[in-house]
Amino acid sequence: MTEFFIILLSTILVNNFVLVQFLGLCPFMGVSNKLETAIGMAGATTFVLTLASVSSYLINTWILTPLGIEFMRTIAFILVIAVVVQFSKMFIEKTSPLLYRVLGIFLPLITTNCAVLGVAMLNVQGQHNFFEALIFGFGAALGFALVLILFAAMRERLAIADVPTPFKGAAIGMITAGLMSLAFMGFGGLV
Amino acid sequence: MLKVTSPHTHSALSTGQLMRLVIYATLPGLAALTLFFGWGSLLNVALASVTALACEALAVRLRGRPVSFYLGDYSALVTAVLLGLALPPYAPWWIAVVGSVSAILLAKQLYGGMGFNPFNPAMVAYVILLISFPVEMTQWTAPRNALVDDQSAVGIIEGLRMIWAGAPIDAYTAATPLDTLKQNPGLLLEDLYSQDPTLVSGIWAGAGWEWVNLAFLLGGLVLLYKRVYTWHAPVSMLIALALMAAVFYDGGSSNSGGSPLFHLLSGATMLGAFFIITDPVSSAVSVRGRIIYGAAIGVLIYVIRTWSNYPDGVAFAVLLMNFAAPFIDHYTLPRTYGHKKPRKATEKEGH
Repeated sequence: MTEFFIILLSTILVNNFVLVQFLGLCPFMGVSNKLETAIGMAGATTFVLTLASVSSYLINTWILTPLGIEFMRTIAFILVIAVVVQFSKMFIEKTSPLLYRVLGIFLPLITTNCAVLGVAMLNVQGQHNFFEALIFGFGAALGFALVLILFAAMRERLAIADVPTPFKGAAIGMITAGLMSLAFMGFGGLV
Repeated sequence: MLKVTSPHTHSALSTGQLMRLVIYATLPGLAALTLFFGWGSLLNVALASVTALACEALAVRLRGRPVSFYLGDYSALVTAVLLGLALPPYAPWWIAVVGSVSAILLAKQLYGGMGFNPFNPAMVAYVILLISFPVEMTQWTAPRNALVDDQSAVGIIEGLRMIWAGAPIDAYTAATPLDTLKQNPGLLLEDLYSQDPTLVSGIWAGAGWEWVNLAFLLGGLVLLYKRVYTWHAPVSMLIALALMAAVFYDGGSSNSGGSPLFHLLSGATMLGAFFIITDPVSSAVSVRGRIIYGAAIGVLIYVIRTWSNYPDGVAFAVLLMNFAAPFIDHYTLPRTYGHKKPRKATEKEGH
């Protein structure tokens, strides 16, 4: 139990995928303009990340390793992730057409979200078992969701700030993300 | 004719007057720092102020705005004073300079200056310095009333040599109480305290430090009395920190993290509570928001002090909650009287 708690704490705060490991930056910058959109994206990514983490673990343990074709890992994982993303895309399209329209290209682009592939790869590297992989994926997703949502709320405020013209938009967003990354270094050594 | 609209009551204080009041309120703390740790803090404040004002003037000029108007709100000076108070005395001169430049140019003017900065500029500078120059940023001189046998207080000449010429400071330093607690090699707290000169000479939380914190508390109470800010954020922060300390304090075993009183009176607790987290720009705005914001900072300070790599967590905790402040505000804004709650953008019609 404590072990799972430590994995959660580590993935959400100490080794946050966006602010400490710098994975998944494109949706972090791309979908953080509006809070409501960011919450939808956070939900979709949480779903995809958790499911992809578990299924890539299963693929690796039950197919790749027994057959001795671990060199196919990257391709196999990307295939699995693409399927999971397609599934959630269809799900969102049916349940919330408005959110589907708002998320636009960023929804299928979860496939190329490096955080998702990163989680799958780190599962193999860390030799996680099934439940660890599940918690690891879920924690990574929660950490991503947390900073995405907080960042979106902050960017709504930055949009009305009197930022000098050369720094408007993505530039000031990147600077803000950098400062937040500094703040997250305070969690170093927590686990 | 002036276009005057309601409400016709007005605050007696302008931004400039308010900021000057904050600067005056830091004077007891500055005096206590100078009394116990020597002239270093005073020099830090002076260096930081000059650099900050120069940077502010440069930035405002580059944007083609009236310089005297923007310097007249004293906000750059407040940032510089707070940074100078947070820095260790007798740090090399470029620490205060680099800190002020990053505070004013990076954390404030890039966002559009006074009123737009999402992070507290002084704390941004402090964190940047702490991460970039950890050695210089963690060497505190021994407080005057806790000198060991072969130590003497830093004279003004030696002090200047340390700041300008980088003369070695090692002979004058002592671990801060929070450092001592962090480096605890597994002793009971009672034994740990009895070995450390700073903690032996103190009454509650280490010689010097407790009085510096009480002085900042005094300044903060003056600001509260003057209604510069409300009690919500500071009080909820102090209560949260004390509660966390009380929960994890088990009477002084080697694993416990110091008593509530120890945490309230050590490090930057009071400076943070009454001068940093009360920054009206970077903190949460609504009343409920301020309570949540303050309490979360209190909890984070204890967590970072006790379990992370850093001995004090005020700067990190403040930045983390600055980051969360817009979100907190978004969900704690009171409903406007006579209006319904605003509908979310992604909700469907007819729900």
